[in-house]
Amino acid sequence: MTTVTNGVNVQALLDARTALKEAPEAAQFTWRASATWNHGVHSTINVQGFFGLGQEQSHLEGSVFEADHPEIFAATDKGITPIEYLIVGLASCLTAGVASVAENRGIQLRSVEATVEGEHDIRGILGADSDVRNGFNDIKVTFTIDADASREEIEALVAQSQKRSAVFDALTNPTNVTVEVA
Amino acid sequence: LTGHATERFTTVVIGAGHAGLSASKFLGDLSVDHVVLERGEVANSWRRERWDSLRLLTPNWQCRVPGLRYEGPDPDGYLSMAEITEFIERFAKGSGAPVRAGTNVTSLRRAGDDYRLATNDGELACQSVVIASGACNKPAMPQFAAGVPSSVEQLTPFDYRGPAQLPDGGVLVVGASATGVQLAAEVQQSGRPVTLSVGEHVRLPRTYRGRDVLWWMDASGVWDQRYDEVDDLTRARRLPSPQLVGTPERTTLDINALTAMGVELVGRWAAVREGRALFSGGLRNMFSLADLKMGRLLDTFDEWAQENGRAAHVGPPERFAPTRVPASARLQLGLRNGEIRTIIWATGFRPDYSWLDIPVVDAKGQLRHDGGVVAGSPGLYALGLPVLRRRKSTFIYGIEDDARDVIDHLGRYLAGSG
Repeated sequence: MTTVTNGVNVQALLDARTALKEAPEAAQFTWRASATWNHGVHSTINVQGFFGLGQEQSHLEGSVFEADHPEIFAATDKGITPIEYLIVGLASCLTAGVASVAENRGIQLRSVEATVEGEHDIRGILGADSDVRNGFNDIKVTFTIDADASREEIEALVAQSQKRSAVFDALTNPTNVTVEVA
Repeated sequence: LTGHATERFTTVVIGAGHAGLSASKFLGDLSVDHVVLERGEVANSWRRERWDSLRLLTPNWQCRVPGLRYEGPDPDGYLSMAEITEFIERFAKGSGAPVRAGTNVTSLRRAGDDYRLATNDGELACQSVVIASGACNKPAMPQFAAGVPSSVEQLTPFDYRGPAQLPDGGVLVVGASATGVQLAAEVQQSGRPVTLSVGEHVRLPRTYRGRDVLWWMDASGVWDQRYDEVDDLTRARRLPSPQLVGTPERTTLDINALTAMGVELVGRWAAVREGRALFSGGLRNMFSLADLKMGRLLDTFDEWAQENGRAAHVGPPERFAPTRVPASARLQLGLRNGEIRTIIWATGFRPDYSWLDIPVVDAKGQLRHDGGVVAGSPGLYALGLPVLRRRKSTFIYGIEDDARDVIDHLGRYLAGSG
């Protein structure tokens, strides 16, 4: 196999897979984010710590996200809307997957662009029509990939990336969500 | 029930299907004294645990066990359950296998270097054991099946005989393996509207370039790929059976064929919530994965035909239309509104090792073995499990090579420990 340099340490991932097969308790992760309300519909979200491999972990640096709504929602638009964070997650997760699978299959990538469009009928969140759901009705992701591979191989990268994507799974399958007051 | 002396054999084979009988044949060739214990009758699962219309997926010319092959008038046809039962009975008689029918093993345990078996008919002791009780002893169902409202009838392929036993009204078939697609087609054709929940599946055409697709699997060497050459063996062993059906017309029964019959498609069933079935929105990718995988397999066949001078002896290469994605697959289905009267769980099978009192079963309920040599218990062997030693292991056609290898190993074990 020719050496490719997409920059994904596939060997580390394969080693982790082998190790965690025998130690499922170490595979239990908890991801965390905390939001602080500012004013109006603007909030600030901090992400730094998480739990995994049996202990507390931390990103090298904390990240700060602003969430708000656009001016046409009569809001201050100090950040993207919460539902946009979902498609940020989906685009980045699938793109990471494409790179990882390509590395594992010995496919050199030159460029990968993903465009995500989420169709959203806002009558749901406004309570204007109780038959309309609050969330997305449809999400479409379009990949443009330049790589040393046939079209079928590229389609297979994208298919495998969906198969192993945390965010794709979280969006396409139901998840139990508990919201409570501390 | 008292006073039975413990009987002694060199080897005990558990199960008198094609796998156990093949083991017996090779044990006989090595003059190993043995007995084949069968809970019911020879070919019990084929007799009692399959639906009425089922035929083998493999063409008749591939119906072959050690010392016996199909020699009837229809080599390209597919045996019915009555016919395969008769074939395996003939194998048992012809090979003179020492079968004890109606003998159910209730416990297998170690006793020093030996094994002890408890059965409904007394105790046996032996030096080695071949587990050939099959991979499909129990239907596998997701846990959320318990949350289905009691007004909906639930069946597994073990309970299903034919559509006439179902109430009128909608049927939700769960799973798109060979079982799922066959039952979906049969039930839909009986006038009961079918919704099929589709997860990962294996799409295959029944014939390719004029030959049965399983001819290609065999001839091109795909089926002979060894278990220690397979990239992801765990995955290969868990692969659903291919979407095939054995019919006289040699028709392809893929998702497009079901769509043409009017079957409604939904994604993988993910949960039951408040009396509603919730399905995955990832259906499109299930189709992409299966279409791409089939395409790669057909490429392999074409390359093999080209490189081996077979291209002129078969039809021209074919490519099949991609699986059609429904315009909007439903993401949920009410289970209390009477639309669905019956659910058929075609969600796979699992082996039953509840009688096995030796710690050789993993957390997923599968036997830990290396090509049929059970790990950590010398003298214990298995046959007839998926990709045991080769991709073809699952099929009757695949048993001969596996049984020869495994019984070779067993013979060497006996010689070493003798």
